[in-house]
Amino acid sequence: MTRSLRPLLATTLIFLFAYMLAVSQQPAMLSTRVLGNFLTDNAFLGIAAVGMTFVILSGGIDLSVGAVIGFTTVLIAVLIMWLQLHPLIAFAIALIVAACFGAVMGAAIHYLKVPSFIVTLAGMFLARGGASVLSPDSIGITHPFYTSVSKSYLLLPGGGRLTVVGMIMLAVFAVAILLAHRTRFGSNVYALGGSETSAALMGVPVARTTIAIYALSSFLAGLAGVVFSLYTSAGYSLNALGVELDAIAAVVIGGTLLTGGYGFVAGTFIGVMLQGLVQTYIVFDGTLSSWWTKIVVGVLLFMFIVLQRLVFRAGPRRT
Amino acid sequence: MTRPTADIRPTTQPPLPRQRPLTTFFTRPQVIALAAVLLVNWLLFPGFFTVTWQDGRFFGSLIDVLNRGAPVAILAIGMTMVIATKGVDLSVGAVMAISGATAATLVTSGVPAPVAVLAALGTGLLCGLWNGILVTVLEIQPIIATLVLMVAGRGLAQLITEGYIVTFSDPLLIFIGTGSFLGFPMPVVIAAVLMLLATLIVRRTALGLLIEAVGVNRSAARFAGLSANALLLIVYTFAGFCAAISGLIVAGDIRGADANNAGLWLELDAILAVVIGGTSLMGGRFSIPMAVLGAMIIQAMNTGILISGFSPEFNLVVKSAVIIVILVLQSPLSARLFRRLPGAQK
Repeated sequence: MTRSLRPLLATTLIFLFAYMLAVSQQPAMLSTRVLGNFLTDNAFLGIAAVGMTFVILSGGIDLSVGAVIGFTTVLIAVLIMWLQLHPLIAFAIALIVAACFGAVMGAAIHYLKVPSFIVTLAGMFLARGGASVLSPDSIGITHPFYTSVSKSYLLLPGGGRLTVVGMIMLAVFAVAILLAHRTRFGSNVYALGGSETSAALMGVPVARTTIAIYALSSFLAGLAGVVFSLYTSAGYSLNALGVELDAIAAVVIGGTLLTGGYGFVAGTFIGVMLQGLVQTYIVFDGTLSSWWTKIVVGVLLFMFIVLQRLVFRAGPRRT
Repeated sequence: MTRPTADIRPTTQPPLPRQRPLTTFFTRPQVIALAAVLLVNWLLFPGFFTVTWQDGRFFGSLIDVLNRGAPVAILAIGMTMVIATKGVDLSVGAVMAISGATAATLVTSGVPAPVAVLAALGTGLLCGLWNGILVTVLEIQPIIATLVLMVAGRGLAQLITEGYIVTFSDPLLIFIGTGSFLGFPMPVVIAAVLMLLATLIVRRTALGLLIEAVGVNRSAARFAGLSANALLLIVYTFAGFCAAISGLIVAGDIRGADANNAGLWLELDAILAVVIGGTSLMGGRFSIPMAVLGAMIIQAMNTGILISGFSPEFNLVVKSAVIIVILVLQSPLSARLFRRLPGAQK
């Protein structure tokens, strides 16, 4: 147990160390205001990364996440502004569409026996293309519901604000942790990631689980799109470009093994926070340019992949 | 990523013969597809096949398809080899940006153009070597190993250009992007030469066979005495080299290095071109000319959509439709269906 928790522990320690380092340089970063903004600014990434965690745990990959977020924002904007639907109805429709989209991708992966990355690549093209066919221009959303949501928040001690968007992310993580570690579906996901053949022989419903995993991933990407739409009050087909890469990076930094079968949803949360920390630090510093974010995230990604190799290569021999 | 399947029976189909007469070339699905796309383009735009000679070079939509398709074709040459070893290289787009940024920054700071070009190609080789080391020494899955450079690479390119779009007026770099040789645009000439050289090297030596052996079963290849790791290093380095050439062409074409947009999503186009060319993502049998043909099919579709007045975004929908059709055709499910048809199996 202690060995299997090691990558998660390493991630947590590195995050705490990095945060303390950042605070020692910029004392203003140690406040609940910054922490509250952390949650709000990274909410859509966090939610999408939860879905990605399940996909990677099962040994697959989902490249369509960013595109589904973009598509959802456009769909919601079209439903609210052009068809005059209430935002909640628009959200429900968008989430159902996203989940069905994912289910179809999962079915294609299972029944056509193609690698998940090529299927989700097609899904990515389709979702981006579909979004720009719906509307090539950005659509602004003005609705009383949006203004009331963006104005409501919980006041944290110290003046920080926990927004609705941030709360949604925390709730998603809580539910996902239960789903991964306390339900049959969660065990099936881990079993699939360990070995699909063994899982099938043990009686895991491979087809149903695969479809459910990708439906869940797209559903959560859709939810991330809802959050993104609340966050920016607009729908645009090029929203959330490249978020799939950030999500994959967050999952890997969070200690989930890319070959599947091993990892924690909670680790992904820390991975997202670590990326947020890098971004916030660069904003606070002011002299560093935005491209350092990409380089630092790339270096972190590399470090954690190497760390995983070392931990898991050393493991079996010792025990 | 690749998932082990419960189906472990060996495929019953015998390997296709390597040498095929020229007549069968025209009945290959890729050639028919290209012909069909070109035919549709011709129906939409009757002057499509008109090629005129002006100012010492050819002009026309057909030449334009070749010219615009050249960067992806060059990427596809390197990508074919990588995919044949059961890998994939997601970083080629970012490497293009790095190579263009290197050349442009060096030239504007007064370095002679040939040196700048060599330096750009050198950075491409280094990037490829980095990917290769991750895949071989650290034994990381290719898709993840190259993801590191895909994420960090654009940041590196911006670091080189310091966030600006570096424009230049150096004749050599511009010649690489927009010049002409024997009437053909330079990118087309480079792509054609590279394709011929690569094909000759892999087919006239044992290299192609060795790459396929590694792709089919890496450990078996190693047990058979192949130094699989050295081979993988060569293949990834070559892919980085191809990406650097592509990056130079794209930079020369717009007379500037744009670290954000140069080669954006072209890695996906290159993978698509290779898949259309019939190279399996599971490794093994590969064909470089067919991948180049795949790149031309993609570009012919792009051009067709543009001249027929649809918005360029419509491209993505068409591309995804093409991927879906290919996947369904390649899947074991449809293979089983076809086998049931009378006469489909000998």
